[in-house]
Formats: sequence, structure tokens, C-alpha cells
Amino acid sequence: MRFHTPKTFEQAAAIAAGASGLTRFLAGGTDVLVQLRAAIVTPDDLIDLKHIPGVKDIARTTEGGWRIGIAVSGAELGRHAGVCADWPGVVEGMQLVGSTQVQGRATLVGNLCNGSPAADSVPGMMAAGAMVSVIGPQGNRAVAVEDIPAGPSRTTLLPGEVITAIILPPRGAHGGDAYLRFIPRTEMDIAVVGVAVNLRRDGARIIEARIALGAVAPKILLVPAAAQAIIGTALDAVALAALSAAAIAASTPISDKRGTATFRKDIVGVLVQRAARIAYTRAEGASA
Amino acid sequence: MPKDDLKTAYRLVGTRPNRPDGLDKVTGRARYGADISAPGMLHAAVVRSPHAHARIIRIDASKALALDGVKAVITRADFPTGLTGEDWNLQENTLAGDVALYDGHAVAAVAATSKLLAQDAARLVEVEYEVLPHVIDVDAAMQPDAPVIRAGTADHSVPEGMHPNVVKYIEFGHGDLEAGFAEADLVRAQSYKTEATHQGYIEPHACLGQMGADGKGEMWVCTQGQWYIRRMCSAVLGTEASQLRVTPSEIGGGFGGKTTIFMEPLALALSRKAGGRPVKLVMSRAEVLRATGPTASASMDVKMGMKVDGTITAASVNFRMQGGAFIGSSPVGEALSCALACYTVPAVFHQGYEVLANRPKAAAYRAPGSPMAAFAVESLLDEMCHELGLDPLAVRLKNAAREGAKASYGPTYNRIGLVETLEATMAHANLKVPLGPNQGRGAAAGFWFNHGGETSVSLAIGEDGTVTVSVGTPDVGGSRASLGMMTAETLGIAYESVRVNIVETGALGVNEPTHGSRATFASGLAAVEAAKQAIAQMCARAAAEWGIDAEAVEWLDGAAVPAGPNAGKFPPMSIAEIGAKMGSTGGPISGHHEVTAGGVGASFGAHVVDVEVDPETGRTTVLRYLVVQDAGRAIHPAYVEGQYQGGAVQGIGWALNEEYVYGADGRLQNAVFLDYRIPVASDLPMIDTVIVEVPNPGHPYGVRGVGETGITPPLPALANAIAAATGVRLRSLPMSPPKVLAAIKANARG
Ligand SMILES: Cc1cc2nc3c(=O)[nH]c(=O)nc-3n(C[C@H](O)[C@H](O)[C@H](O)COP(=O)(O)OP(=O)(O)OC[C@H]3O[C@@H](n4cnc5c(N)ncnc54)[C@H](O)[C@@H]3O)c2cc1C
Repeated sequence: MRFHTPKTFEQAAAIAAGASGLTRFLAGGTDVLVQLRAAIVTPDDLIDLKHIPGVKDIARTTEGGWRIGIAVSGAELGRHAGVCADWPGVVEGMQLVGSTQVQGRATLVGNLCNGSPAADSVPGMMAAGAMVSVIGPQGNRAVAVEDIPAGPSRTTLLPGEVITAIILPPRGAHGGDAYLRFIPRTEMDIAVVGVAVNLRRDGARIIEARIALGAVAPKILLVPAAAQAIIGTALDAVALAALSAAAIAASTPISDKRGTATFRKDIVGVLVQRAARIAYTRAEGASA
Repeated sequence: MPKDDLKTAYRLVGTRPNRPDGLDKVTGRARYGADISAPGMLHAAVVRSPHAHARIIRIDASKALALDGVKAVITRADFPTGLTGEDWNLQENTLAGDVALYDGHAVAAVAATSKLLAQDAARLVEVEYEVLPHVIDVDAAMQPDAPVIRAGTADHSVPEGMHPNVVKYIEFGHGDLEAGFAEADLVRAQSYKTEATHQGYIEPHACLGQMGADGKGEMWVCTQGQWYIRRMCSAVLGTEASQLRVTPSEIGGGFGGKTTIFMEPLALALSRKAGGRPVKLVMSRAEVLRATGPTASASMDVKMGMKVDGTITAASVNFRMQGGAFIGSSPVGEALSCALACYTVPAVFHQGYEVLANRPKAAAYRAPGSPMAAFAVESLLDEMCHELGLDPLAVRLKNAAREGAKASYGPTYNRIGLVETLEATMAHANLKVPLGPNQGRGAAAGFWFNHGGETSVSLAIGEDGTVTVSVGTPDVGGSRASLGMMTAETLGIAYESVRVNIVETGALGVNEPTHGSRATFASGLAAVEAAKQAIAQMCARAAAEWGIDAEAVEWLDGAAVPAGPNAGKFPPMSIAEIGAKMGSTGGPISGHHEVTAGGVGASFGAHVVDVEVDPETGRTTVLRYLVVQDAGRAIHPAYVEGQYQGGAVQGIGWALNEEYVYGADGRLQNAVFLDYRIPVASDLPMIDTVIVEVPNPGHPYGVRGVGETGITPPLPALANAIAAATGVRLRSLPMSPPKVLAAIKANARG
């Protein structure tokens, strides 16, 4: 195994593009190192991105959103007052990852690129409308988070492409988001179902919504039909029922050691209502 | 001094000093199994079957042996043949012979100069298998079409016509069952199932073994019983027990799972083959879950008769248990004996079957068999109480076993504390806390025999009057503290002046492991006797110095004193003075006691749990949990409470989420703590404890064992609480959210 410590993303992308075997980038390493030790993935080239300047920074974008460095850990994100105020749903998703120890290392980008259908921070990012900046052999591009997952352990990133930052859009007025996951215990478990809801209100009425579901399909899904079920409503009982139905309809879960398909469908219908209620309440409190 | 007088004012017994091993543990200085290394050491890795049941056609290790640094590969061919009975089972489980019997069964082992190299080499060992049909579930394994795991295993007890996987049958009882049921106002029968669960100790199995061509060996190992390791390894390897010296490491949990061998002979056999170089073998968590003893899974029927006033008139149980592919590994006998032990019932009948399945060889797990039995019996009891509108705790008290009663499993109880335990439970403040919507309260009682067993303890007075106690029972829960306290109490010296060491097999006579909740009871009893011997010697030394009769000297507050005014006037001679002079007054002073300890006192407990069940997700939250249990006497109350809490927590995990998940291919799918869901700390409230003290007349300080009873009531207590919260009764474990939700939905459909 070759271990690289590039000083720029261009170098990192070049090393990855030139590598012939199995390549992994090292952000927090909480997936990469675990998989290495368990002999699940033994990379030929391991490219540590943490020596690149600025990867630990969180900064305002000119548009008023947030640019989050690829090595910002869950613990650091959770202590950033600005991001927590704007995007509590994104932060609570990331903060559910692992334990205190894991929080010190684990990152949003690692969670996204590991490609787990149950990744906890990804539904929140999708619902928020987050983008990632990518650099690679074909140059730079900006990609919506929902376009990154390709299936279990797979992404749409091309060989040699590396994510340089995560961009959260401006929060704007009267918006709120929330993430809920179901696990049988209280921590150190993998989501049996994960649900993120992001919405904007005009008075009691929901005028925008994005809803993402985790662990109910081969990849994390953005579900426009679920969003449509609540847009234009005041989240009344009829809207909530339609929301559940849409979320269940979009789900194609499997039965495995973590839960049955029937159970996952039941739970997605329950959690999507609960998350929507939290987001709706948060949106009421949110000022311009 | 009356032995059962609770008002006896002890100086140390009943206090809470720091544990002697505490500093080592919090500073990381304590040496656990994997911490032991030796010069020239090799590392081992094990090749394991990926199949639940498969004939081994061929093992080719040539590629592994070709790697530079690989020093030995062993297969079953390196072990002696002709073993019988449990020795054969142990050998077969250590390394498969013709057939791999479960997913994870060891088939070969490799020793190399580094752990990584050993693991690489293990992957290069080619094993050709012929996959055979397998069976996992205990009921399925008894069906006529079930694959036969090993024909001819069954013993003479099995009735004719049963499937060859049924290998043992037990029945016993007393009274007129039919008359008992006829006398009852309500007779109910139900069936229950419990899943296998793992002890879940934090420290994986680890050892360092060394053995030369001369058959002399050394082993450092994480174990509950160094003499068991010695005997079992010697049997499996065909060597002589006394030529193997076994030193136990500090132990990170065992709960019964470390009272046997799993991979220890491999380290010795590899060492022998590698020219006597020491070999270290450390299991991964996945290996622990795939290939070390969980407890048995069970399928159980219970029938009970009750009068409208709550009197139990008759009860019968029929249990089927699988403990893997080996006869004698399931605790079906214990389960039967514990099933009705809490109650005095005029007519009882027990039937049990042991069944083979393609699963790892079960090991003891905290009160083996009793939790499953309690789940079945205490669930049905609760249901019947509700049907008759009776208070389930009052019904338990009404039928409770008492001193002098004939136990359901045969003997007559001596002094026991179930009545006191139930009374303390019913009086507890937790029972008065009002419950909200979706909340429910459940109670259950539980029992464990406790055990005495083979015990040998030595004690030596130091030249400064301090004391060393050598015991053979590894300290799994604070027993060094308790043994030190009893020794110091008896000698009349400071707790800090006693050091208790857990010693290797060469230092004492044979000791049984720390099992059956016996360490504080049996090693404690022997330590007290050894201290009394030392006291007698010290009195004799003082008498000789004073020129009076030894009988005229007594021991008081750590010193020899004249027994009365007639004995003469001499100042007290302290243990330090006697120790300083002992070389010239007759030589070293020590005490030694060995015994197969009888006088054991059973321990009863009662638990009450409050839960809240999310009706939309089926998820259970434990709100409040109470453990009340008879300790006989709590030598160190904090460690007694720790045992109560630990038992409750393991039981909660078993009840709610722990299970072995097998694929259709018979492979274990959740051999990692991420998916084998034991409770995490944040899942639970602080567990409330009440120590009841009804002293055991068979022990100098009244000790009963306390380690095991605590895991018996949680399974039914949780089921009873969930039934109270939801109106649905779960009769199959675990009561995980998918199962609870499915039951709630089925109930709503009507
Ligand atoms: C004990 C434990 C508990 C856990 N619990 C959870 C949980 O509750 N929920 C959950 O979702 N996850 C959990 N995880 C998984 C893991 O912690 C998360 O997925 C985490 O967010 C990964 O981040 P990382 O920075 O450590 O990723 P790394 O391990 O560094 O990388 C993960 C993947 O991302 C790729 N990658 C990293 N950076 C980039 C980049 N800039 N561009 C392109 N690709 C990149 C790597 O090549 C690799 O494939 C747990 C892990 C452990 C060990």
C-alpha cells in the first residue's frame, strides 16, 4: 500500500487519476480504516487529504450559505453556531454518526462517499439542497448531493475525482429542517430507516419542501412526491397521511439483519411525519 | 457468635473499601490475556469453516507454508485420536475432524512471525468442502426431515423413534399432576421461544502458549478457571495435566463463557510443532461471536393450574434446547430444575430434550438455563394472575418456597430468602410511581442454586505481619476485595494489610473455576479457615514465648493475648511482632484449607421494570428498573449491587434486542457488536438495587452467591411490562421493535 499526503486537491486528483489499483481518500478514516482492518477493502493507494490547506474550515459563501471543508469532523460541525442555527437537520444527522470518539474524526464527505444507503448525514444534506465541489481530470464541477450515491458502496464520482468542499445553500426566511433515524438502541447502531425533511413556510402554509429517505432503497433517495404531499398544506392530518403514503410508496427496502422490509415501510411512514412536524415547528421559529 | 445474627457488628464486612485491582485497571496497568508476550513469540491465526455443515475433503497448506516466516500449520491430524465423551467434544470443537459442524468452526491454524503474516497465511490454506444440509432452529432440528448432524450421539435416555438429533431426555417430578390440574379453577398452557445470546464479555479470548517436544508446557490465558484449562488442554493434546502450568491473566468478563476451552490447545499444538516457540492467539470479536459459546436457544411449553385465590395447584414444563452440535452443552437439565424452583407446588412434572443443531458449542452463561425457564414460567404466571384479577407479586408471595419445603427439583430447602425478597419488592417506592400512556410495569422472580465446589486456598503471614492469600478463583467481579475483607476481618487486621493473589496451577490443589457464583462463597470459606489455622499457630508461638499453654492464649484485634486473668499478665503480641520473629520461633506461619465446599445457599431475586412502548414503532424504552435479591450477606455491598445491575442489563439485552441472525445458508450474519445488539449505556436508566440479607448458615459470614440470579427475572419481567403497556403478549424473544410492532398491529386488526 502506498500512502500519499498531497498538499493540494489538484495533486490529490492527479495521484488518484494515475493510480491503477484500488484507491481510497482518507478524510476521518472511520470507514476506510475500519474496512482496512477487517480486510474488507485493502487499498493500493491511500491518499490523505488532511494536509491540504483549508480542509478544516467552515466559511460563509458569498450567497449566504456555508462552505464546509472536507475534513471538518462531526464534533466540529456541532460546535459551529452558524451552521447549527441555519441547518439543524444536517447537523443532527451528522452528530448521530458513531460515538464521541468517532465524532472527533468522521466527516460529512466521508459519510457521503462511503456510499452506505443508511448514511446518517446524507438525507439531511440532500433535503437541504447541498452541493459538492468536485475536482478531477476533466476539471471542476459542482454536483448536487442527490446525484452522488450510485448504490451500496458506490458513487457517481469518476476515477480521479475528489470532493473539495460541501456547499450548503443560504437558509433564507421561515425555513426549517430535521433528521430522524430509527435504531433499536440509542446509539452505536446503523439506521434501520432515516428521514430528513426541509421546508419553508409562508405563515402556516408550506411553500417549499425537500424530503430524503435513507435505508429504504439501494441508495438514499430524494422523494419529490413526498414533498409535493405537504407543499401547499399546513401539515394537517390529511397532508400527513398523504406524506406517509408517498414515503412508503417510494421505499423499496430489503429484509436483513437490521430489520424486515415490512417494518422499514411502517417506520418510514411514521418517521417522515415526525420529522416533518419538527421541521415545521423549527420553520415557525426561524426568522429572516 | 450466632452465625445468622444480622446485628453482628463487623468491622469490615459490609463496608465499601476500594478494590485492590482498581488502580491497575484504571491506569491500564492490569495485564489481560492479549497483554502477555514472550521472547521469540509467534502469532497464530485460525482457518474457519464458512459453512454451517460441510465435509472436509482436503486441506492443502503448502502455499501458506511456503511464505517466509510461517513456522507451523496444524490440522486435526496433529492431535491424538481415540478420545471419548466430553474430551472428544472439546477436541472436535477445537479443530474439526471430518466435518465442520457450524459456521466458524476451526479447521486449521497457522503460526507465523507476525499477526498479519499469520492472517495472510491462514487465507492461503486451501480447504475443499462438500457442503451438507444444515439446521439451525431447535424445533426444526427435531423434525423427521431434519439433516442428521451426528448419528449415534444420543444416549440411552432418548425415547425410541425420535430424530437422531435428539440426544438426551430428562424427566422428573412429584405429586399427582392430573389431580392438581383438576383441582385448579384456571388451567392454561402456552409455548415460548428464546434465542441464543452471547455472554458479550468485553475481552475476547486470548492466550499465550508454549510447549516443547517433551510435553512440558506453559500457558497464560484469560480464563475463569486455570485448572479447567489445564485439564481440557491436556486431554485434547494427550499430555499430562501436571506438566502444563497455567497462569490466569486479569479477566475482562467471562459470565460462564470462559469456563471452558475454545482455541487454547491450538496455541500449544502450534508451539509444539514450531520447536517450542511461544505462540500467541487472540480472537477477533467476529471469531468470539461465531465460534465461542453462546447460551442455548430454547423452545418451551408450560402448563399451570391455579385456584381463584392464586394457589398454584400443579405445573408441568416441556423444554427443548439446542446447545450446538455437541451433546451435553445445553443447560436443559438446569433449566428444568430452575423452572418452578421459586414455588411450592404440590404436583410438578418436568420433561426436557437436548437437540443438536449447526451452531457453536454452547458454554455456560450466567445461571445457565434459568433465564429461559423463567421466561416461560413467569410469563404464564403473570398472564394467569391478570386473568384472575390477582396481584402477580402477591401470588408469587403466596406460593413462595420457604425453609423446609421440598424444592421442585427434589431437595429440601434450608434457610432461603424468597419471602423476604418479595416483601421488600412489594414495599419499594418504584411500585408506587404512577404510569403514563403506553407505559407498563412488569415483575418476575428468579432463582439460582449457587455452587460450592473444589476449592484450595493458602494463606501466609509475612515477616512484617502482612498477609498473602493465594486463591485459585479468578476475580471476575471484585472477589479479591471480598476475600481480603473476610480474611482481614477474621485476623483482626487492616484490609490494606492483606493481598489476595489469583495463582497459577502449580501453586495450589485443583480449584474449580469461578463459576456457579462460588468465588466469594467457596474461596471465602476456605480463606477464613486458613486464617483460623494461622491464628492457632500464632497463638501457639505467643504461648511458647510466654511459657503458658497454647489453650490459654486467644486472638483479639490482630494480636495474641492471654485468655483470662489466670493465664498470666502479658501485653498483647501483635501479628507484626509474631511475623518478625517467626524464623526463630518455629519457621514460616501459614494456613491452608481445601474442601469440596458444601453448605451452599440458593439465591432468589425479584425484579420490577417499567417500560414505555412506542405504539408506532414497537420500540421499548426502559424507564425504571428494580432488582431485589437475597445476598445472604453482602461482604462488599458495592460489588453485590454491581452484580445485580450487571445481571439485569444482560437480561434486558437478551429480552429486547440480542439475537443470532442466520442466513438461509446457515452463516451468522451479525458477528459484530454493531449488529449483535447488546444494550449500550445510554439505553438504560440507573438500575435500582435492594440487597436483602438472609444469612446462609453454611458460610462463616453468611454468604450466598450473588452473581447469577440477577439475569433470571429480566426476560419475563420485560415481557410482562410490555404486555401491560401494549396489551399484547410476546412469547418469543427478542422482543425487538419489528416483532413488537407486528404484534401490536395484529392485535389492532383483532
Ligand atoms: C464505531 C462506528 C460507528 C459508526 N456509526 C455510524 C452511524 O451511526 N451512522 C453513519 O452514517 N455512519 C456511521 N459510521 C461510519 C462512518 O463513521 C461515517 O460514514 C463517517 O462519516 C465517514 O467519514 P470519514 O471522514 O471517517 O470517512 P473516511 O473513512 O475517511 O472515508 C470514507 C469514504 O469516503 C471517501 N472519501 C473521503 N474523502 C473524500 C473526498 N474528499 N472525495 C471523494 N471521496 C472521499 C473515501 O475514499 C472512502 O471511500 C460509523 C463508523 C464507526 C467506526
